[in-house]
Amino acid sequence: MEILKVKNLTMKFGSLAAVDEVSLAVKKGEIIGLIGPNGAGKTTFFNCLTGYLTPQNGTVQFDGHSLNGMRPNRICRLGLARTFQIVQVFREMTTWENVIVGAFCRTANSADAYQETMEILKFTGLYEKKDSLVGNLTIADHKRLEISKALATRPHLLMLDEAMAGLNATETIAAIDLIRKIRDRGITLIVVEHVMEVIMSLSERVVVFDSGKKIAEDVPEKIVKNPRVIEAYLGERYHA
Amino acid sequence: METSALALFKKPWVLITLLVLLFLPFTMNNIHFHHVLIMFMLFATLSQAWNVIGGFAGQVSFGHATFFGIGAYAALVLLKRYDLSPWVGMLIGGGCAVIVAVLIGYPVFRLKGHYFAISTFAVAEIAERLFANWDFVEGAIGLPAPVLPEGWINFMWYKTKMPYFYIAFALFVVVLLIAYKMNRSRLGFYFRAIKQSHEAAEGLGIDTTKYKMVAMAISAFLTAICGSFYAQYILFIDPPSVLSLDISIKIVLITVLGGAGTVIGPILGAAILIPLSEYSRILLGGTGKGLDLIVFGALILFISVYQPQGLVGFLRKTGKS
Repeated sequence: MEILKVKNLTMKFGSLAAVDEVSLAVKKGEIIGLIGPNGAGKTTFFNCLTGYLTPQNGTVQFDGHSLNGMRPNRICRLGLARTFQIVQVFREMTTWENVIVGAFCRTANSADAYQETMEILKFTGLYEKKDSLVGNLTIADHKRLEISKALATRPHLLMLDEAMAGLNATETIAAIDLIRKIRDRGITLIVVEHVMEVIMSLSERVVVFDSGKKIAEDVPEKIVKNPRVIEAYLGERYHA
Repeated sequence: METSALALFKKPWVLITLLVLLFLPFTMNNIHFHHVLIMFMLFATLSQAWNVIGGFAGQVSFGHATFFGIGAYAALVLLKRYDLSPWVGMLIGGGCAVIVAVLIGYPVFRLKGHYFAISTFAVAEIAERLFANWDFVEGAIGLPAPVLPEGWINFMWYKTKMPYFYIAFALFVVVLLIAYKMNRSRLGFYFRAIKQSHEAAEGLGIDTTKYKMVAMAISAFLTAICGSFYAQYILFIDPPSVLSLDISIKIVLITVLGGAGTVIGPILGAAILIPLSEYSRILLGGTGKGLDLIVFGALILFISVYQPQGLVGFLRKTGKS
């Protein structure tokens, strides 16, 4: 069953089409990898889907609702959550306070929201740091916190915008593990990432963007052999 | 997480402070001392009300005198023209303030940061001119309360200030409880989230426009209640005394000095500024006018350089070390 259906989405800034006639269908329970060189329009695509930008053209259907013209908060309440490439945390709050803001999306009861928050912090491995001020967290923890906040809103579809950028090898492995665990909870994922190992090992399907256009969509094994993709993005190293 | 408002009373220092405050007027049978206590509680409550929108939700308003004035005028005008008890006028004033807050909030909340602050200035100026030229409320001449028998129904006393003290105390405690409860509930978290990142708040399902409006409405209602109290206390109001920029600024300064966005901040700020302001007025008479604000300006300067979070931040720091 398709959870997300995007048709001919176009977002122009002046004469520049940052996202150009992109169509995409995502099935329930999938992990979709979204790759492309810098400036390919991945983040703009996310912003269009989540209501931060209003595309000039195209339709977005999510879980049977049209998202066109909807504000981000309503889209989130429908069950489409996201993280930000540049982490958007509440700096004057502690870790658990950040997450409970997300949990209040589904309940007005503080005790319930608190309990939900603690469960999510245990799930994402931040429980030991629940009372730390966000300013004292490492990059890896910041990225985890972004994911925890989004998870607290109980999404059906979660879109991660470079949730692993800046992590070292060990942290990356832990992050991949976390994303798999999220999928096992029945949450569909779209993952934007620059680290190829991550995308290739995680995704069931990979979508490639270049200059605002979708140039390929396939299983990872075929994507690495696609000449257009190699030309646009992967370069010599993956040629062999 | 402790969510009940009454949990506040479980803290011994809160209970002790409130009891001391309640018995303070009996230590000195001096009407001016009682006046200072009442003004302290009134301004602590006003600042607490401002703190909802300005401190917690981070939308700095310099126009709260508008709501204060609406509350003050509602009580006295309804009493004078329609013989309505000021207690009813108080609620009607609160309701009017909420309506005005929503009407103003709708266009003004499209502006962010400094632009929002500037537009609240403008609204307050308009309100002051409007009331000064409005014959129904006696315009610039001002509105004296009709002379009625004193007592609880008419909300006026001439010989003693003690009933006013009790009402101000009740107001002070109730608003303190509201702030404490709000701080730990969904509203409080949402307000603080909006203050820190609009984008992130929206992304977590918070309708930022709606919740800013809610913050503004709560703040306006409580401010208007304080305005009605003030009108019944002074028994004479005119635009400069209840709608002027001085009042708006004083409320903001008290909160910022004490610590914006904290429950205890407005109380600390008022505990310092109000006695300073009242006693400098007694000591220096007419020539001392404004001296309190000079001292206060210096305090603000000092605080913003050394401890931008206000006195609360200062106390937290010393508490930790």
